[in-house]
Amino acid sequence: MPNARITVPDRVPRGLPFEVRIQIRHPMETGYRTDDMGKSIPRNVIRAFTCRYNGDPVFVAKLSSGIAANPYLRFFVLARASGELTFEWIDDAGTRESERVAVNVG
Amino acid sequence: MRSSRRRLLQGASALIAITCLPARAAEGSLPAIPELAAFLAGRMPRRERVRMELPRIADNGLSVPMRLAVSGPFAPGPFVRKLALFAEINPVPDMAVFEFPQPLERIEIETRVRLAGTQQIVAVAEMTDGTLFVTAMEVIVTLGGCMDGT
Repeated sequence: MPNARITVPDRVPRGLPFEVRIQIRHPMETGYRTDDMGKSIPRNVIRAFTCRYNGDPVFVAKLSSGIAANPYLRFFVLARASGELTFEWIDDAGTRESERVAVNVG
Repeated sequence: MRSSRRRLLQGASALIAITCLPARAAEGSLPAIPELAAFLAGRMPRRERVRMELPRIADNGLSVPMRLAVSGPFAPGPFVRKLALFAEINPVPDMAVFEFPQPLERIEIETRVRLAGTQQIVAVAEMTDGTLFVTAMEVIVTLGGCMDGT
């Protein structure tokens, strides 16, 4: 099962910003909680999130425990040419994940 | 039955009106957040162009929907380079920074934040020429976002 759900419009007009929505499956563990045995659960949040459009970064987010679990982001990207958006994120545990979606400009 | 329900609703809306007042009164100055001061580095932000939408009252601080926008038009420049978000009493006050590496006319972000309790939230936009715009608002949090049942 993919770890993120991404929504972009099927077709976007050239030269206009289009909406990108992404929700990532991640606990965004704050580091302030304890487990059933009273042991503290180590912090594990997504630190860095990057969205690239045909290789060029177009949106970068630096996140913290202040972002809710299963982080949701909605932002805009300028439609330039058909191609692909790639999303990459890394958490405190060092897990790096990525997803990609096609963009049809026309 | 019906009239008592109406009275209850009237009372509730009056309460909401009262709780909205401190937010407006606080609009003059920004809350003292060291991380915010470090970001501003002595620069004076202007209170315009940044819009923040948050519920006035959040029942649960674990997930509070938020919308941020910077009103354009920006072309031919300067554009928005960064949008930084600060929380007054969260254990990590610098909640998030959103960066726009390329010129973009539509700066609008939606996300969900965790809030440790009733506090002011500040959003600062930094333009490509270094100009700063800011907005702040208070959110009343009934149940903080750092505790769970355990």
